[in-house]
Amino acid sequence: MEIPLMVGAGLVVIGVGIGIGKIGGSAMDAIARQPEAYGKIQTAMLIAAALIEGIGFAALFAV
Amino acid sequence: MGFTSYASDKENATEESGKDLKTEIKEYIQHHLQDSHDFSLFSYTKENGEHKYVGFPLPIILWDNGLKVFSSSKFHHGEEIAEVDGNHYKLYHSKIYKTDAHGAINYDEEHHPTNAKPLDFSITKNVVMIFITGLLMLWLFTSLAKSYSKNNGVPTGAGRFFEPIVLYIRDDIARPNIGEKRYKKYMPFLLTIFFFIWFLNIFGLTPLGINVTGNIAITFSLAIMTFLITNFTGTKDYWMHQFDPLGKSLPWYGKILLYIILVPIELLGLIIKPFSLLIRLYANMQAGHIVLMSLIGLMFIFKSWLGSPLSFLLAFAISLIEILVALLQAYIFTMLSALYFGFASEEHEHEHEHEAELSH
Amino acid sequence: MEKLLNEFSIGLFFWQTLLFGLLLFLLWKFAWKPILNAVNDREDGIKDALAAAENAKKEMQNVTADSEKLLKEARAEREALLKEAREIKNTIVSDAKELAKTEGDKIIKQAQAAIESEKKAAVADIKNQVANLSVEIAEKVIKEELSDKSKQLKLVEGMLGDIKLN
Repeated sequence: MEIPLMVGAGLVVIGVGIGIGKIGGSAMDAIARQPEAYGKIQTAMLIAAALIEGIGFAALFAV
Repeated sequence: MGFTSYASDKENATEESGKDLKTEIKEYIQHHLQDSHDFSLFSYTKENGEHKYVGFPLPIILWDNGLKVFSSSKFHHGEEIAEVDGNHYKLYHSKIYKTDAHGAINYDEEHHPTNAKPLDFSITKNVVMIFITGLLMLWLFTSLAKSYSKNNGVPTGAGRFFEPIVLYIRDDIARPNIGEKRYKKYMPFLLTIFFFIWFLNIFGLTPLGINVTGNIAITFSLAIMTFLITNFTGTKDYWMHQFDPLGKSLPWYGKILLYIILVPIELLGLIIKPFSLLIRLYANMQAGHIVLMSLIGLMFIFKSWLGSPLSFLLAFAISLIEILVALLQAYIFTMLSALYFGFASEEHEHEHEHEAELSH
Repeated sequence: MEKLLNEFSIGLFFWQTLLFGLLLFLLWKFAWKPILNAVNDREDGIKDALAAAENAKKEMQNVTADSEKLLKEARAEREALLKEAREIKNTIVSDAKELAKTEGDKIIKQAQAAIESEKKAAVADIKNQVANLSVEIAEKVIKEELSDKSKQLKLVEGMLGDIKLN
Protein backbone atom coordinates (compact mmCIF):
# COMPACT_ATOMS: atom_id res chain seq x y z
CA MET A 1 0.00 0.00 0.00
CA GLU A 2 1.57 3.20 -1.14
CA ILE A 3 0.38 6.59 -0.03
CA PRO A 4 -0.91 7.87 -3.46
CA LEU A 5 -2.84 4.65 -3.91
CA MET A 6 -4.51 5.07 -0.56
CA VAL A 7 -5.32 8.71 -1.30
CA GLY A 8 -6.85 7.64 -4.58
CA ALA A 9 -8.94 5.04 -2.83
CA GLY A 10 -10.04 7.68 -0.35
CA LEU A 11 -11.09 9.98 -3.18
CA VAL A 12 -13.07 7.18 -4.79
CA VAL A 13 -14.80 6.47 -1.50
CA ILE A 14 -15.70 10.16 -1.16
CA GLY A 15 -17.21 10.07 -4.63
CA VAL A 16 -19.10 6.89 -3.89
CA GLY A 17 -20.38 8.37 -0.66
CA ILE A 18 -21.67 11.46 -2.42
CA GLY A 19 -23.24 9.31 -5.12
CA ILE A 20 -25.05 7.01 -2.73
CA GLY A 21 -26.08 9.98 -0.63
CA LYS A 22 -27.65 11.61 -3.66
CA ILE A 23 -29.44 8.41 -4.58
CA GLY A 24 -30.80 8.08 -1.05
CA GLY A 25 -31.85 11.73 -0.96
CA SER A 26 -33.59 11.56 -4.30
CA ALA A 27 -35.32 8.36 -3.25
CA MET A 28 -36.56 10.11 -0.12
CA ASP A 29 -37.89 12.97 -2.26
CA ALA A 30 -39.56 10.53 -4.58
CA ILE A 31 -41.15 8.62 -1.72
CA ALA A 32 -42.37 11.84 -0.16
CA ARG A 33 -43.92 12.79 -3.47
CA GLN A 34 -45.40 9.39 -4.22
CA PRO A 35 -45.69 7.32 -1.07
CA GLU A 36 -47.69 4.67 -2.91
CA ALA A 37 -44.70 3.86 -5.14
CA TYR A 38 -42.53 3.14 -2.10
CA GLY A 39 -41.66 -0.44 -3.08
CA LYS A 40 -40.62 0.35 -6.63
CA ILE A 41 -38.56 3.36 -5.59
CA GLN A 42 -36.81 1.35 -2.91
CA THR A 43 -35.89 -1.41 -5.35
CA ALA A 44 -34.56 1.04 -7.91
CA MET A 45 -32.63 2.85 -5.18
CA LEU A 46 -31.03 -0.35 -3.94
CA ILE A 47 -29.99 -1.40 -7.44
CA ALA A 48 -28.40 1.94 -8.19
CA ALA A 49 -26.71 2.11 -4.80
CA ALA A 50 -25.44 -1.44 -5.17
CA LEU A 51 -23.89 -0.70 -8.55
CA ILE A 52 -22.07 2.38 -7.24
CA GLU A 53 -21.03 0.59 -4.11
CA GLY A 54 -19.36 -2.03 -6.27
CA ILE A 55 -17.00 0.62 -7.64
CA GLY A 56 -16.21 1.75 -4.12
CA PHE A 57 -15.31 -1.76 -3.08
CA ALA A 58 -13.22 -2.25 -6.16
CA ALA A 59 -11.26 0.87 -5.24
CA LEU A 60 -10.86 -0.16 -1.62
CA PHE A 61 -9.63 -3.59 -2.39
CA ALA A 62 -7.39 -2.51 -5.23
CA VAL A 63 -5.26 -0.79 -2.60
CA MET B 1 -1.63 -16.30 17.03
CA GLY B 2 -2.24 -12.81 18.30
CA PHE B 3 -1.21 -13.94 21.69
CA THR B 4 2.11 -15.35 20.64
CA SER B 5 3.05 -12.09 18.99
CA TYR B 6 1.79 -10.34 22.04
CA ALA B 7 4.02 -12.51 24.20
CA SER B 8 7.09 -11.65 22.18
CA ASP B 9 6.09 -8.00 22.03
CA LYS B 10 5.80 -7.92 25.78
CA GLU B 11 9.31 -9.16 26.23
CA ASN B 12 10.64 -6.46 23.91
CA ALA B 13 8.60 -3.51 25.03
CA THR B 14 7.81 -3.74 28.67
CA GLU B 15 8.78 -0.15 29.22
CA GLU B 16 6.39 1.31 26.62
CA SER B 17 3.22 0.07 28.21
CA GLY B 18 0.95 2.48 26.29
CA LYS B 19 2.12 1.37 22.89
CA ASP B 20 2.13 -2.17 24.10
CA LEU B 21 -1.56 -2.03 24.97
CA LYS B 22 -2.41 -0.51 21.61
CA THR B 23 -0.49 -3.17 19.79
CA GLU B 24 -2.14 -5.80 21.90
CA ILE B 25 -5.59 -4.50 21.07
CA LYS B 26 -4.75 -4.28 17.40
CA GLU B 27 -3.44 -7.80 17.37
CA TYR B 28 -6.42 -8.99 19.32
CA ILE B 29 -8.86 -7.44 16.86
CA GLN B 30 -7.01 -8.93 13.93
CA HIS B 31 -6.99 -12.27 15.61
CA HIS B 32 -10.68 -12.04 16.34
CA LEU B 33 -11.55 -11.20 12.76
CA GLN B 34 -9.83 -14.28 11.45
CA ASP B 35 -10.80 -17.87 11.53
CA SER B 36 -9.19 -19.94 14.22
CA HIS B 37 -8.21 -23.57 14.52
CA ASP B 38 -9.46 -23.93 18.07
CA PHE B 39 -12.64 -22.86 19.75
CA SER B 40 -11.43 -20.55 22.50
CA LEU B 41 -14.08 -18.74 24.48
CA PHE B 42 -11.67 -16.43 26.28
CA SER B 43 -8.13 -16.37 27.52
CA TYR B 44 -6.21 -14.76 30.36
CA THR B 45 -2.65 -14.48 31.54
CA LYS B 46 -1.60 -15.96 34.85
CA GLU B 47 0.65 -14.21 37.35
CA ASN B 48 3.66 -16.12 36.13
CA GLY B 49 3.06 -15.05 32.52
CA GLU B 50 1.58 -18.32 31.39
CA HIS B 51 -1.41 -18.03 29.01
CA LYS B 52 -4.51 -19.92 29.95
CA TYR B 53 -7.11 -20.61 27.25
CA VAL B 54 -10.64 -21.62 28.01
CA GLY B 55 -12.24 -23.52 25.17
CA PHE B 56 -11.76 -26.73 23.29
CA PRO B 57 -9.53 -27.88 20.44
CA LEU B 58 -10.89 -28.69 16.99
CA PRO B 59 -9.78 -31.35 14.53
CA ILE B 60 -7.23 -30.38 11.91
CA ILE B 61 -7.53 -32.03 8.54
CA LEU B 62 -4.67 -31.50 6.12
CA TRP B 63 -4.04 -32.81 2.65
CA ASP B 64 -0.30 -33.06 2.30
CA ASN B 65 0.60 -36.14 0.27
CA GLY B 66 -2.16 -37.99 2.05
CA LEU B 67 -4.81 -37.13 4.57
CA LYS B 68 -3.56 -36.04 7.97
CA VAL B 69 -5.96 -35.63 10.84
CA PHE B 70 -4.95 -34.46 14.30
CA SER B 71 -6.20 -32.30 17.11
CA SER B 72 -5.43 -28.60 17.17
CA SER B 73 -4.31 -29.00 20.77
CA LYS B 74 -1.01 -30.15 19.29
CA PHE B 75 -0.27 -26.55 18.30
CA HIS B 76 -0.82 -25.27 21.83
CA HIS B 77 -2.41 -22.16 20.37
CA GLY B 78 0.40 -21.61 17.96
CA GLU B 79 3.06 -21.84 20.59
CA GLU B 80 4.38 -25.22 19.51
CA ILE B 81 5.14 -27.12 16.37
CA ALA B 82 2.95 -30.09 15.60
CA GLU B 83 4.62 -33.20 14.29
CA VAL B 84 2.50 -35.61 12.31
CA ASP B 85 3.90 -38.61 10.41
CA GLY B 86 7.33 -37.03 10.34
CA ASN B 87 6.03 -33.73 8.92
CA HIS B 88 6.25 -30.55 10.97
CA TYR B 89 3.54 -27.92 10.89
CA LYS B 90 3.44 -24.51 12.45
CA LEU B 91 0.48 -22.22 13.01
CA TYR B 92 1.40 -18.71 11.94
CA HIS B 93 -1.20 -15.94 11.66
CA SER B 94 -3.98 -18.55 11.74
CA LYS B 95 -2.50 -20.36 8.77
CA ILE B 96 -0.75 -23.69 8.84
CA TYR B 97 2.71 -23.82 7.26
CA LYS B 98 4.95 -26.77 6.70
CA THR B 99 8.25 -26.21 8.47
CA ASP B 100 11.35 -28.05 9.50
CA ALA B 101 11.71 -29.59 12.93
CA HIS B 102 12.64 -26.22 14.49
CA GLY B 103 9.65 -24.40 13.11
CA ALA B 104 11.65 -21.90 11.08
CA ILE B 105 9.58 -19.71 8.81
CA ASN B 106 11.24 -18.00 5.87
CA TYR B 107 9.99 -14.64 4.71
CA ASP B 108 10.20 -12.82 1.42
CA GLU B 109 11.03 -9.12 1.26
CA GLU B 110 7.42 -8.13 2.04
CA HIS B 111 7.44 -10.22 5.18
CA HIS B 112 5.22 -12.90 3.71
CA PRO B 113 6.10 -16.46 4.65
CA THR B 114 7.44 -18.51 1.77
CA ASN B 115 6.96 -21.88 3.41
CA ALA B 116 4.75 -24.47 1.74
CA LYS B 117 1.11 -24.39 2.75
CA PRO B 118 -0.65 -27.76 2.87
CA LEU B 119 -4.29 -27.84 1.76
CA ASP B 120 -6.18 -27.11 4.94
CA PHE B 121 -9.62 -28.66 5.32
CA SER B 122 -9.70 -28.29 9.07
CA ILE B 123 -12.88 -28.03 11.04
CA THR B 124 -12.22 -24.49 12.18
CA LYS B 125 -14.18 -22.28 14.53
CA ASN B 126 -16.18 -20.87 11.62
CA VAL B 127 -17.03 -24.34 10.34
CA VAL B 128 -18.28 -25.27 13.80
CA MET B 129 -20.34 -22.11 13.87
CA ILE B 130 -21.82 -22.82 10.43
CA PHE B 131 -22.67 -26.29 11.63
CA ILE B 132 -24.36 -24.98 14.78
CA THR B 133 -26.29 -22.38 12.78
CA GLY B 134 -27.33 -25.05 10.30
CA LEU B 135 -28.60 -27.30 13.08
CA LEU B 136 -30.42 -24.40 14.70
CA MET B 137 -32.10 -23.49 11.43
CA LEU B 138 -33.04 -27.09 10.74
CA TRP B 139 -34.56 -27.45 14.18
CA LEU B 140 -36.32 -24.09 14.05
CA PHE B 141 -37.87 -24.44 10.63
CA THR B 142 -38.73 -28.11 10.68
CA SER B 143 -40.55 -27.53 13.96
CA LEU B 144 -42.29 -24.57 12.33
CA ALA B 145 -43.28 -26.83 9.45
CA LYS B 146 -44.56 -29.44 11.87
CA SER B 147 -46.53 -26.91 13.87
CA TYR B 148 -48.45 -26.12 10.68
CA SER B 149 -49.55 -29.68 10.15
CA LYS B 150 -50.29 -30.19 13.83
CA ASN B 151 -52.11 -26.97 14.38
CA ASN B 152 -54.25 -26.80 11.29
CA GLY B 153 -52.17 -24.23 9.45
CA VAL B 154 -51.49 -21.88 12.32
CA PRO B 155 -47.93 -21.52 13.62
CA THR B 156 -47.09 -21.68 17.30
CA GLY B 157 -44.24 -20.43 19.45
CA ALA B 158 -41.23 -19.11 17.58
CA GLY B 159 -43.08 -19.70 14.33
CA ARG B 160 -45.24 -16.71 15.11
CA PHE B 161 -42.12 -14.60 14.87
CA PHE B 162 -40.59 -16.26 11.82
CA GLU B 163 -43.68 -16.73 9.71
CA PRO B 164 -44.11 -13.03 8.92
CA ILE B 165 -40.46 -12.90 7.85
CA VAL B 166 -40.94 -15.87 5.55
CA LEU B 167 -44.01 -14.19 4.13
CA TYR B 168 -42.14 -10.90 3.77
CA ILE B 169 -39.42 -12.59 1.74
CA ARG B 170 -42.04 -14.22 -0.42
CA ASP B 171 -44.30 -11.21 -0.92
CA ASP B 172 -41.86 -8.30 -0.89
CA ILE B 173 -38.62 -9.78 -2.17
CA ALA B 174 -39.33 -12.77 -4.39
CA ARG B 175 -42.68 -11.90 -5.96
CA PRO B 176 -42.02 -8.36 -7.17
CA ASN B 177 -38.44 -9.04 -8.29
CA ILE B 178 -38.76 -12.45 -9.91
CA GLY B 179 -42.37 -12.44 -10.98
CA GLU B 180 -45.54 -14.20 -10.03
CA LYS B 181 -44.98 -17.21 -12.28
CA ARG B 182 -41.43 -18.16 -11.55
CA TYR B 183 -40.72 -17.06 -7.98
CA LYS B 184 -41.59 -20.42 -6.45
CA LYS B 185 -38.52 -22.33 -7.53
CA TYR B 186 -36.20 -19.70 -6.05
CA MET B 187 -37.96 -19.44 -2.71
CA PRO B 188 -36.01 -22.16 -0.83
CA PHE B 189 -32.68 -20.64 -1.79
CA LEU B 190 -33.74 -17.10 -0.89
CA LEU B 191 -35.16 -18.17 2.46
CA THR B 192 -32.15 -20.28 3.33
CA ILE B 193 -29.65 -17.62 2.39
CA PHE B 194 -31.55 -14.89 4.23
CA PHE B 195 -31.82 -16.74 7.51
CA PHE B 196 -28.32 -18.17 7.19
CA ILE B 197 -26.72 -14.76 6.77
CA TRP B 198 -28.94 -13.13 9.35
CA PHE B 199 -28.31 -15.74 12.03
CA LEU B 200 -24.58 -15.76 11.41
CA ASN B 201 -24.49 -11.95 11.49
CA ILE B 202 -26.35 -11.96 14.79
CA PHE B 203 -24.08 -14.66 16.21
CA GLY B 204 -21.16 -12.46 15.28
CA LEU B 205 -22.55 -9.80 17.60
CA THR B 206 -22.92 -12.09 20.61
CA PRO B 207 -20.11 -12.09 23.14
CA LEU B 208 -18.80 -15.21 21.42
CA GLY B 209 -18.29 -12.87 18.49
CA ILE B 210 -17.46 -15.38 15.82
CA ASN B 211 -17.05 -13.40 12.67
CA VAL B 212 -18.28 -15.91 10.08
CA THR B 213 -19.96 -13.69 7.52
CA GLY B 214 -17.03 -11.30 7.67
CA ASN B 215 -14.92 -13.99 6.09
CA ILE B 216 -14.14 -13.79 2.40
CA ALA B 217 -14.37 -17.54 1.82
CA ILE B 218 -17.89 -17.65 3.25
CA THR B 219 -19.22 -14.71 1.29
CA PHE B 220 -17.47 -16.00 -1.82
CA SER B 221 -19.24 -19.32 -1.45
CA LEU B 222 -22.62 -17.63 -0.96
CA ALA B 223 -22.11 -15.31 -3.91
CA ILE B 224 -20.95 -18.08 -6.21
CA MET B 225 -24.15 -19.97 -5.47
CA THR B 226 -26.19 -16.95 -6.47
CA PHE B 227 -24.02 -16.66 -9.58
CA LEU B 228 -24.46 -20.31 -10.53
CA ILE B 229 -28.21 -20.31 -9.92
CA THR B 230 -28.59 -17.07 -11.87
CA ASN B 231 -26.80 -18.44 -14.90
CA PHE B 232 -28.14 -21.97 -14.83
CA THR B 233 -31.72 -20.81 -14.64
CA GLY B 234 -31.11 -18.10 -17.24
CA THR B 235 -33.58 -18.18 -20.10
CA LYS B 236 -32.84 -17.91 -23.78
CA ASP B 237 -33.75 -14.25 -23.65
CA TYR B 238 -31.23 -13.66 -20.90
CA TRP B 239 -28.38 -15.16 -22.88
CA MET B 240 -29.54 -13.40 -26.02
CA HIS B 241 -29.29 -10.20 -24.08
CA GLN B 242 -25.77 -11.06 -22.95
CA PHE B 243 -24.41 -11.79 -26.40
CA ASP B 244 -26.74 -9.77 -28.58
CA PRO B 245 -27.79 -6.79 -26.50
CA LEU B 246 -29.02 -4.67 -29.41
CA GLY B 247 -31.22 -7.33 -30.98
CA LYS B 248 -32.74 -6.53 -34.35
CA SER B 249 -32.33 -2.79 -34.15
CA LEU B 250 -29.07 -2.83 -36.13
CA PRO B 251 -27.87 -4.85 -39.14
CA TRP B 252 -25.07 -7.30 -38.40
CA TYR B 253 -22.32 -5.20 -39.99
CA GLY B 254 -23.27 -2.32 -37.74
CA LYS B 255 -23.22 -4.42 -34.65
CA ILE B 256 -19.76 -5.94 -35.03
CA LEU B 257 -17.90 -2.78 -34.06
CA LEU B 258 -20.16 -2.07 -31.11
CA TYR B 259 -20.12 -5.61 -29.89
CA ILE B 260 -16.36 -5.69 -29.55
CA ILE B 261 -16.87 -3.29 -26.65
CA LEU B 262 -20.40 -4.10 -25.57
CA VAL B 263 -20.25 -7.86 -25.15
CA PRO B 264 -17.19 -7.88 -22.87
CA ILE B 265 -18.88 -5.23 -20.71
CA GLU B 266 -22.02 -7.33 -20.47
CA LEU B 267 -19.96 -10.38 -19.59
CA LEU B 268 -17.98 -8.40 -17.03
CA GLY B 269 -21.29 -7.37 -15.50
CA LEU B 270 -22.05 -11.04 -14.95
CA ILE B 271 -18.97 -11.33 -12.75
CA ILE B 272 -19.26 -7.93 -11.10
CA LYS B 273 -22.76 -8.60 -9.77
CA PRO B 274 -21.82 -11.53 -7.52
CA PHE B 275 -18.46 -9.94 -6.76
CA SER B 276 -20.13 -6.84 -5.33
CA LEU B 277 -22.43 -9.14 -3.36
CA LEU B 278 -19.56 -10.97 -1.75
CA ILE B 279 -17.50 -7.86 -1.08
CA ARG B 280 -20.45 -5.94 0.35
CA LEU B 281 -21.31 -8.54 2.94
CA TYR B 282 -17.67 -9.17 3.80
CA ALA B 283 -16.75 -5.52 4.12
CA ASN B 284 -19.82 -4.57 6.12
CA MET B 285 -19.40 -7.29 8.67
CA GLN B 286 -15.65 -6.87 8.84
CA ALA B 287 -15.93 -3.11 9.29
CA GLY B 288 -18.64 -3.46 11.91
CA HIS B 289 -16.54 -5.81 13.96
CA ILE B 290 -13.44 -3.65 13.66
CA VAL B 291 -15.31 -0.51 14.77
CA LEU B 292 -17.03 -2.28 17.63
CA MET B 293 -13.91 -3.93 18.93
CA SER B 294 -11.84 -0.78 18.56
CA LEU B 295 -14.36 1.10 20.67
CA ILE B 296 -14.28 -1.61 23.28
CA GLY B 297 -10.48 -1.47 23.14
CA LEU B 298 -10.59 2.30 23.64
CA MET B 299 -12.10 1.71 27.06
CA PHE B 300 -8.90 0.02 28.14
CA ILE B 301 -6.71 2.66 26.57
CA PHE B 302 -8.50 5.67 28.10
CA LYS B 303 -8.86 4.32 31.61
CA SER B 304 -10.38 7.63 32.71
CA TRP B 305 -13.72 8.66 34.15
CA LEU B 306 -14.59 10.56 31.00
CA GLY B 307 -13.17 8.46 28.21
CA SER B 308 -14.23 5.00 29.23
CA PRO B 309 -17.94 5.64 29.79
CA LEU B 310 -17.96 7.64 26.58
CA SER B 311 -16.48 4.82 24.57
CA PHE B 312 -18.79 2.42 26.35
CA LEU B 313 -21.79 4.47 25.23
CA LEU B 314 -20.39 4.66 21.72
CA ALA B 315 -19.80 0.92 21.66
CA PHE B 316 -23.34 0.39 22.87
CA ALA B 317 -24.77 2.66 20.16
CA ILE B 318 -22.65 0.99 17.50
CA SER B 319 -23.76 -2.46 18.58
CA LEU B 320 -27.37 -1.35 18.24
CA ILE B 321 -26.58 -0.12 14.74
CA GLU B 322 -24.78 -3.39 14.05
CA ILE B 323 -27.92 -5.34 14.92
CA LEU B 324 -29.70 -3.31 12.28
CA VAL B 325 -26.83 -3.81 9.83
CA ALA B 326 -26.95 -7.55 10.47
CA LEU B 327 -30.54 -7.62 9.29
CA LEU B 328 -29.99 -5.10 6.53
CA GLN B 329 -27.10 -6.99 4.96
CA ALA B 330 -29.05 -10.23 5.00
CA TYR B 331 -31.95 -8.38 3.40
CA ILE B 332 -29.80 -6.74 0.73
CA PHE B 333 -28.05 -9.97 -0.14
CA THR B 334 -31.39 -11.74 -0.52
CA MET B 335 -32.96 -8.84 -2.33
CA LEU B 336 -30.15 -8.51 -4.87
CA SER B 337 -30.02 -12.27 -5.39
CA ALA B 338 -33.74 -12.19 -6.12
CA LEU B 339 -33.19 -9.29 -8.48
CA TYR B 340 -30.50 -11.14 -10.42
CA PHE B 341 -32.68 -14.24 -10.59
CA GLY B 342 -35.44 -12.03 -11.87
CA PHE B 343 -33.22 -10.64 -14.64
CA ALA B 344 -32.10 -14.11 -15.61
CA SER B 345 -35.48 -15.79 -15.68
CA GLU B 346 -37.29 -12.95 -17.36
CA GLU B 347 -39.04 -13.84 -20.57
CA HIS B 348 -39.76 -10.95 -22.85
CA GLU B 349 -42.63 -10.80 -25.18
CA HIS B 350 -40.68 -10.49 -28.36
CA GLU B 351 -42.95 -8.15 -30.21
CA HIS B 352 -43.13 -5.87 -27.27
CA GLU B 353 -39.38 -5.91 -26.89
CA HIS B 354 -38.95 -5.12 -30.54
CA GLU B 355 -41.23 -2.13 -30.26
CA ALA B 356 -39.41 -0.90 -27.21
CA GLU B 357 -36.13 -1.10 -29.04
CA LEU B 358 -37.47 0.71 -32.06
CA SER B 359 -38.68 3.55 -29.91
CA HIS B 360 -35.25 4.10 -28.40
CA MET C 1 -6.97 -7.46 -3.23
CA GLU C 2 -3.80 -9.14 -2.08
CA LYS C 3 -5.06 -9.11 1.49
CA LEU C 4 -8.30 -10.68 0.40
CA LEU C 5 -6.56 -13.44 -1.51
CA ASN C 6 -4.32 -14.03 1.46
CA GLU C 7 -7.31 -14.33 3.72
CA PHE C 8 -9.13 -16.70 1.43
CA SER C 9 -9.17 -20.19 2.84
CA ILE C 10 -9.99 -23.04 0.49
CA GLY C 11 -10.87 -25.29 3.40
CA LEU C 12 -13.42 -22.87 4.77
CA PHE C 13 -14.86 -22.38 1.29
CA PHE C 14 -15.15 -26.12 0.87
CA TRP C 15 -16.89 -26.63 4.20
CA GLN C 16 -19.16 -23.66 3.74
CA THR C 17 -20.28 -24.82 0.29
CA LEU C 18 -20.80 -28.36 1.50
CA LEU C 19 -22.66 -27.46 4.66
CA PHE C 20 -24.71 -24.77 2.99
CA GLY C 21 -25.66 -27.11 0.17
CA LEU C 22 -26.69 -29.73 2.66
CA LEU C 23 -28.60 -27.19 4.72
CA LEU C 24 -30.34 -25.88 1.60
CA PHE C 25 -31.35 -29.39 0.57
CA LEU C 26 -32.60 -30.42 4.01
CA LEU C 27 -34.49 -27.20 4.62
CA TRP C 28 -35.96 -27.36 1.14
CA LYS C 29 -37.23 -30.83 1.74
CA PHE C 30 -38.30 -30.66 5.37
CA ALA C 31 -39.01 -27.03 6.09
CA TRP C 32 -39.63 -24.62 3.21
CA LYS C 33 -41.79 -26.94 1.16
CA PRO C 34 -44.23 -27.77 3.97
CA ILE C 35 -44.16 -24.21 5.29
CA LEU C 36 -44.84 -22.61 1.92
CA ASN C 37 -47.45 -25.22 1.09
CA ALA C 38 -49.18 -24.71 4.41
CA VAL C 39 -49.13 -20.96 3.96
CA ASN C 40 -50.43 -21.30 0.42
CA ASP C 41 -53.15 -23.66 1.51
CA ARG C 42 -54.13 -21.30 4.26
CA GLU C 43 -54.21 -18.37 1.89
CA ASP C 44 -56.24 -20.35 -0.63
CA GLY C 45 -58.57 -21.33 2.20
CA ILE C 46 -58.97 -17.72 3.19
CA LYS C 47 -59.54 -16.74 -0.42
CA ASP C 48 -62.14 -19.48 -0.82
CA ALA C 49 -63.83 -18.51 2.41
CA LEU C 50 -63.93 -14.89 1.30
CA ALA C 51 -65.32 -15.88 -2.08
CA ALA C 52 -67.93 -18.07 -0.38
CA ALA C 53 -68.88 -15.24 1.93
CA GLU C 54 -69.15 -12.96 -1.07
CA ASN C 55 -71.36 -15.50 -2.83
CA ALA C 56 -73.52 -15.90 0.23
CA LYS C 57 -73.84 -12.16 0.43
CA LYS C 58 -74.83 -11.98 -3.21
CA GLU C 59 -77.35 -14.75 -2.75
CA MET C 60 -78.71 -13.02 0.27
CA GLN C 61 -79.02 -9.89 -1.79
CA ASN C 62 -80.78 -11.83 -4.48
CA VAL C 63 -83.17 -13.28 -1.95
CA THR C 64 -83.93 -9.89 -0.48
CA ALA C 65 -84.32 -8.49 -3.96
CA ASP C 66 -86.71 -11.31 -4.78
CA SER C 67 -88.81 -10.80 -1.70
CA GLU C 68 -88.73 -7.11 -2.32
CA LYS C 69 -89.97 -7.75 -5.82
CA LEU C 70 -92.69 -10.06 -4.55
CA LEU C 71 -93.76 -7.53 -2.03
CA LYS C 72 -93.84 -4.86 -4.69
CA GLU C 73 -95.85 -7.06 -6.97
CA ALA C 74 -98.29 -7.91 -4.20
CA ARG C 75 -98.65 -4.28 -3.37
CA ALA C 76 -99.20 -3.40 -7.01
CA GLU C 77 -101.76 -6.17 -7.29
CA ARG C 78 -103.59 -4.94 -4.24
CA GLU C 79 -103.51 -1.47 -5.65
CA ALA C 80 -104.85 -2.70 -8.97
CA LEU C 81 -107.57 -4.70 -7.26
CA LEU C 82 -108.62 -1.75 -5.19
CA LYS C 83 -108.63 0.46 -8.24
CA GLU C 84 -110.71 -2.03 -10.14
CA ALA C 85 -113.15 -2.35 -7.29
CA ARG C 86 -113.46 1.38 -7.08
CA GLU C 87 -114.08 1.59 -10.77
CA ILE C 88 -116.68 -1.14 -10.61
CA LYS C 89 -118.35 0.62 -7.73
CA ASN C 90 -118.33 3.87 -9.65
CA THR C 91 -119.78 2.30 -12.76
CA ILE C 92 -122.41 0.48 -10.76
CA VAL C 93 -123.38 3.64 -8.99
CA SER C 94 -123.42 5.69 -12.16
CA ASP C 95 -125.33 2.96 -14.02
CA ALA C 96 -127.87 2.83 -11.26
CA LYS C 97 -128.16 6.58 -11.29
CA GLU C 98 -128.65 6.59 -15.01
CA LEU C 99 -131.19 3.84 -14.85
CA ALA C 100 -133.07 5.55 -12.07
CA LYS C 101 -133.01 8.81 -13.94
CA THR C 102 -134.29 7.36 -17.20
CA GLU C 103 -136.83 5.30 -15.36
CA GLY C 104 -138.00 8.38 -13.44
CA ASP C 105 -138.09 10.43 -16.60
CA LYS C 106 -140.13 7.77 -18.27
CA ILE C 107 -142.58 7.63 -15.36
CA ILE C 108 -142.80 11.39 -15.27
CA LYS C 109 -143.46 11.51 -19.01
CA GLN C 110 -146.13 8.88 -18.74
CA ALA C 111 -147.68 10.74 -15.85
CA GLN C 112 -147.52 13.97 -17.78
CA ALA C 113 -149.14 12.32 -20.78
CA ALA C 114 -151.86 10.85 -18.59
CA ILE C 115 -152.44 14.20 -16.95
CA GLU C 116 -152.61 15.86 -20.35
CA SER C 117 -155.14 13.41 -21.69
CA GLU C 118 -157.20 13.63 -18.49
CA LYS C 119 -157.06 17.38 -18.78
CA LYS C 120 -158.16 17.27 -22.39
CA ALA C 121 -160.94 14.93 -21.55
CA ALA C 122 -162.01 17.13 -18.66
CA VAL C 123 -161.89 20.26 -20.82
CA ALA C 124 -163.94 18.55 -23.51
CA ASP C 125 -166.46 17.46 -20.94
CA ILE C 126 -166.69 20.91 -19.50
CA LYS C 127 -167.16 22.34 -23.00
CA ASN C 128 -170.04 19.96 -23.65
CA GLN C 129 -171.67 20.77 -20.37
CA VAL C 130 -171.19 24.50 -20.92
CA ALA C 131 -172.69 24.18 -24.40
CA ASN C 132 -175.72 22.22 -23.13
CA LEU C 133 -176.13 24.62 -20.25
CA SER C 134 -175.98 27.66 -22.48
CA VAL C 135 -178.42 26.12 -24.92
CA GLU C 136 -180.85 25.42 -22.08
CA ILE C 137 -180.38 28.90 -20.72
CA ALA C 138 -180.83 30.34 -24.13
CA GLU C 139 -184.03 28.27 -24.60
CA LYS C 140 -185.42 29.49 -21.28
CA VAL C 141 -184.48 33.10 -22.03
CA ILE C 142 -186.03 32.98 -25.44
CA LYS C 143 -189.13 31.31 -24.08
CA GLU C 144 -189.43 34.16 -21.55
CA GLU C 145 -188.84 36.86 -24.16
CA LEU C 146 -191.32 35.67 -26.65
CA SER C 147 -194.21 35.19 -24.20
CA ASP C 148 -195.80 38.57 -24.83
CA LYS C 149 -196.57 40.30 -28.12
CA SER C 150 -195.27 43.71 -27.57
CA LYS C 151 -191.91 42.56 -26.58
CA GLN C 152 -191.69 40.46 -29.72
CA LEU C 153 -192.59 43.46 -31.83
CA LYS C 154 -190.13 45.71 -30.12
CA LEU C 155 -187.34 43.26 -30.74
CA VAL C 156 -188.19 42.92 -34.34
CA GLU C 157 -188.31 46.67 -34.68
CA GLY C 158 -184.97 47.07 -32.99
CA MET C 159 -183.43 44.61 -35.26
CA LEU C 160 -185.00 46.21 -38.30
CA GLY C 161 -183.71 49.61 -37.21
CA ASP C 162 -180.17 48.31 -37.10
CA ILE C 163 -180.52 46.88 -40.54
CA LYS C 164 -181.76 50.25 -41.88
CA LEU C 165 -178.70 51.97 -40.82
CA ASN C 166 -176.73 49.56 -42.86
